[in-house]
Amino acid sequence: MSAETTIPENFSLTEHVTSFAFGEHISGAAFLGDIVGFALGDGRVVLHDGEKSRELAAHEGAVQVFAHDGEALYTGGDDGRLLRIDVSGTIETIANEKGKWIDAVAISGAGAIAWSAGRSVKARDKQGGLREIAAPSSVRGLAFAPKGYRLAFAHKGGASLWFPNASSPPEVFDWKGSHLDVSFSPDGRFLVTSMQENALHGWRLADKKHMRMTGYPAKSRSLSWTHDGKWLATSGAEACILWPFADKDGPMGKAPRECGVRRARVTAVACHPKALVTAIGYDDGCVLMCRLTDSAELLVRRASAFTGAISALAWNRVGARLAFGTAGGAAGWLDLPPLP
Amino acid sequence: MSDKIPVTVLTGYLGAGKTTLLNRILTEEHGRKFAVIVNEFGEIGIDNELVVGADEEIFEMNNGCICCTVRGDLIRIVEGLMKRKGKFDAIIVETTGLADPAPVAQTFFVDADVGASAKLDAVVTVADARWVLDRLKDAPEAKNQIAFADVILLNKTDLVTKEQLEEVEARIRGINPYAKLHRTQKCAVPLDAVLGREAFDLERILEIEPAFLDDEEGHAHDHDHAHAHGHHDDHGHDDHDQHHHGHEPKGNGGRAKAHSHGGLKHYHDEEMQSVSARIDGEVDPEKFMPWINELTQTKGIDILRSKGILAFKGEPKRFVFQGVHMILDGDLQRPWQEGEKRESKIVFIGRHLDEAAIRAGFLACRA
Repeated sequence: MSAETTIPENFSLTEHVTSFAFGEHISGAAFLGDIVGFALGDGRVVLHDGEKSRELAAHEGAVQVFAHDGEALYTGGDDGRLLRIDVSGTIETIANEKGKWIDAVAISGAGAIAWSAGRSVKARDKQGGLREIAAPSSVRGLAFAPKGYRLAFAHKGGASLWFPNASSPPEVFDWKGSHLDVSFSPDGRFLVTSMQENALHGWRLADKKHMRMTGYPAKSRSLSWTHDGKWLATSGAEACILWPFADKDGPMGKAPRECGVRRARVTAVACHPKALVTAIGYDDGCVLMCRLTDSAELLVRRASAFTGAISALAWNRVGARLAFGTAGGAAGWLDLPPLP
Repeated sequence: MSDKIPVTVLTGYLGAGKTTLLNRILTEEHGRKFAVIVNEFGEIGIDNELVVGADEEIFEMNNGCICCTVRGDLIRIVEGLMKRKGKFDAIIVETTGLADPAPVAQTFFVDADVGASAKLDAVVTVADARWVLDRLKDAPEAKNQIAFADVILLNKTDLVTKEQLEEVEARIRGINPYAKLHRTQKCAVPLDAVLGREAFDLERILEIEPAFLDDEEGHAHDHDHAHAHGHHDDHGHDDHDQHHHGHEPKGNGGRAKAHSHGGLKHYHDEEMQSVSARIDGEVDPEKFMPWINELTQTKGIDILRSKGILAFKGEPKRFVFQGVHMILDGDLQRPWQEGEKRESKIVFIGRHLDEAAIRAGFLACRA
């Protein structure tokens, strides 16, 4: 994918897709080695190795939130339980917030996990040390900083950065409005939130300088950084919107790029782990792959009137496979063939 | 879109009987499944896996409109419930006794994701026949809930005399003459009186008339189901019916604001009232649209609800709108039928409305 090859017209990847029908909302998808896991709206988690599948009755109710670290899936349900599910299908209960929903979950690269239920935010480090903090409002977005044991949580009026093992209060990054998802740039210089208003907001951590990223016709709820950290791919428009973060000022004063322009709204984005390629899922169920260097597009899945919006999209670790799921319960994965 | 999940909002001051109504809805044999969003767990008498606790997190939208508030928790919960689409047929939101219904209602018009998957069906307010008059004096929330309602259950009617009941009903009508009102004991109403009302559906806003005329039918309907009242039926239906139909003017207790037309007592609430205006013909949309926008932008804080059916000049279809505070939803609906009188009507329910100015403003929109 890295070379600037010319892709012939009509070249399509659709014949390289393995499809499933689960009949339930797909809340999340991820690869654990050669196994792909799907978390469903009826609480099931399905592990599939390409030949046979294993169904786990993980939650009573829907899987609301989902994360993974390459070795296990982490699912939070409206039954209040947070589970870790590994490749073997072993289920470990990490938390049970009785009577509440798990509203967000985040995994650090260093074995820590964080989750929220209402205003309560909890973080557990690798050694099992558990800390809790009350946020100013319900928290729907959590993210660990790329380095150090530091957690960002989004809330009404901004986002906060918290060192769970320190006694100091969280550092608040203000911006009026309700903030939903949160993400660090891979170099840790920027923090970005999605908002209730159709906009993203960013802060440069060093000086809290604001970055307003507006112009979306809908909420932007799917954020993915390119592997080199130079672009942030986002959903919420009738194209994948990519904001430039390579310079020290981030996207301030710069226009974003668009790719995968279609007459359908982008609902999920996932950047390839090694190449400047973004997988883009739309509300009509279509999936495209788009190469950022020349905006070349490849069709992965055709639009379908019956299966709903793309609700999950994930690459495997090496970028050879792409899994997707829809709100209507269709799912599948692409085995990326050698490109012409 | 018919596949949007209908949402019923239950309001009512503390102790009026919201939970009684909710339990009644959930226990009745109806074959429907409800997702219920409540503020306090534990009061619901039956197991329902789809009971969700909410926090009434109200926030202003960042659009410069101060009355444009939404329920953040509701956005989150509706979004989450949609992952279970197909497992329930309707959503019921029970608000706290002190809640303003507006942020709940506005959530369904302001948040595009919520609006795409769910639609507001009606605001149902439970009022305590014994205490609501006191609450109307000392609790602005209670007055808001009455003014905002599409359906009012005047509950606990067994705890007041017939005269008191007439008085209470007239007081409520003085604030909101348009809501469908049902006199109840233990919130005993047929479910279709509170569910599936489609009160915010422009296609279903067929006429705008004070509901006095409906009351006879409405009450007769209640009595059909009065067997559910059990031992409270001591008063006897006939007495009740006759009392209501007889239009016997009752002593107005010396209240200066009460007067009667043809036997029905009318009250004018000092603070909250409805204003209606009619044009015996067409309006000019070029005049009406700027006027209604200006009115709702400048007076939207005080205007709780608005509705209108308009004959636009040269337009074969009826223009129908409804609004909540500053948020207006309007569209062309079915054609004016042959022989149907092309006339234009609007109604507002709100606080300290300048009736003369609204009338004059509307009349100036005549085509």
